[in-house]
Amino acid sequence: MSEREVPLGALHRRLGARMVPFAGYQMPLQYSSIRDEHQAVRERAGLFDVSHMGEVRVGGPGALAYLQRLVTNDVGKLEVGQALYTVMCREDGGIVDDLLVYRDPDDYMCVVNAARHDDDLEWMGRQLPLSGVELEDQSDQTCLLALQGPLSLQILAPLAEGADLASISYYHHRPGRVLGVPVRLSRTGYTGEDGFELYCDRHAAEGLFQGILDHGRSHGVLPAGLGARDTLRLEAGFRLYGQDITLEREPISAGLGWVVKLDKGEFVGREALVRAKAEPQLSFIGIRLLGRGIPRPHQAILVDGQPIGEVTSGSYGFSVGAGIAMGYVRLGSAPKGSEVEVALRTDPADRGRAQVVALPFYRRPT
Amino acid sequence: MSDPSLVRFTKTHEWVRPEEGGEAVIGISDHAQAQLGDVIFLELPSTGAHLTAGQRFGAVESVKAASDLYSPVSGEVLEVNQAAVSAPEVVNQDAQGAGWLLRVRLEGEIPAGLLDPQAYDAFAESDSH
Repeated sequence: MSEREVPLGALHRRLGARMVPFAGYQMPLQYSSIRDEHQAVRERAGLFDVSHMGEVRVGGPGALAYLQRLVTNDVGKLEVGQALYTVMCREDGGIVDDLLVYRDPDDYMCVVNAARHDDDLEWMGRQLPLSGVELEDQSDQTCLLALQGPLSLQILAPLAEGADLASISYYHHRPGRVLGVPVRLSRTGYTGEDGFELYCDRHAAEGLFQGILDHGRSHGVLPAGLGARDTLRLEAGFRLYGQDITLEREPISAGLGWVVKLDKGEFVGREALVRAKAEPQLSFIGIRLLGRGIPRPHQAILVDGQPIGEVTSGSYGFSVGAGIAMGYVRLGSAPKGSEVEVALRTDPADRGRAQVVALPFYRRPT
Repeated sequence: MSDPSLVRFTKTHEWVRPEEGGEAVIGISDHAQAQLGDVIFLELPSTGAHLTAGQRFGAVESVKAASDLYSPVSGEVLEVNQAAVSAPEVVNQDAQGAGWLLRVRLEGEIPAGLLDPQAYDAFAESDSH
């Protein structure tokens, strides 16, 4: 199967990006180096094109009731101008996807993972009531750019005429214009830094990306690819669908109990999640290598030579200065502060000592 | 001085460059570093260790993957590039120059089966598709 080109594909190539297939799209992996792009986001700012993400508008008089049944978090508490992180589950509690829900004056917008887009749409369609709710897939006409890093506000503010960006709090959003382009200005991200995500029409995205980059050059902004996005989100402890959370996992053991509101009323998967909460089997932990080596997905986590679980995401934390990983272990087998081993490579004898640490691995200076 | 046209490559993407006095320098190819991406750790033998042509002598680990290193020649390790061990990004920046890995005293000749720069480029080209 050939991958689709994102609207900014030609621009990424002009900027020297190495393109890789990801979730059915040709996406920029890196422009300069993952290390440089990671540092730029931590110290200054980096600009990501994440237009592969899917956008689904949920409208109609039954939209709120529908979303309340669809997702685990409490959409009823969401005010206009707010955003909510949540998951949606099957009846058995298995995670269909993790998503953001934005509340607009008249309707809602869900932002879903590209790799899950088709399955999500099918699932969301199956949950529809007979009338009163309309789904509109806007993924193809919508682009998503993310400016992330401590200088994001300073860089974006002069480009956003009339919009008081500083007054948009974390997990809030507002319509506005950047460089004349109508956008949704959302103070969200997937890096652990301050920053903004900008949703815009696909035809305006290239000019917007180039314009922010041109303006940001003097601030040290770099275009940043999926490689840095992965090391940044891992340090920030953000789960990645397909690795850390899947249809085979439920949100409680994934450490996402905070997005599961069992007392909000009926929703798909609630019964299974009540049971999961009452009888937990697994815990989701963070580990930090004490020596050299980089943990990778599917490598075993061991205590006293016995496997207790498996890495789901692992990489090198450039800001942590060590190999880091997240994964599931048997409940109670690896308390915080304890030492475990990771089977680092294919040779089972090659094991790295690691410490169980609290997530996130990295917290931005406040 | 060394002659760049005398550099030889393995099909496992290491290079060796003969130097004066029966010595040689070993590293990984620019093609290899590009494929690996950001190099994070180098696992290299110590000075005095013995290398055998075609045998594993260490590993290079990048954000993307860990790969074993295979020696293009036999010989004794005279020097390890400590600058590369402590700051492996130099391997990405200059794999066939400042990002060299080991200096060795050659045992015998450089094996005849290794690829010259032109043959290696053709091999690397076909290898990446």
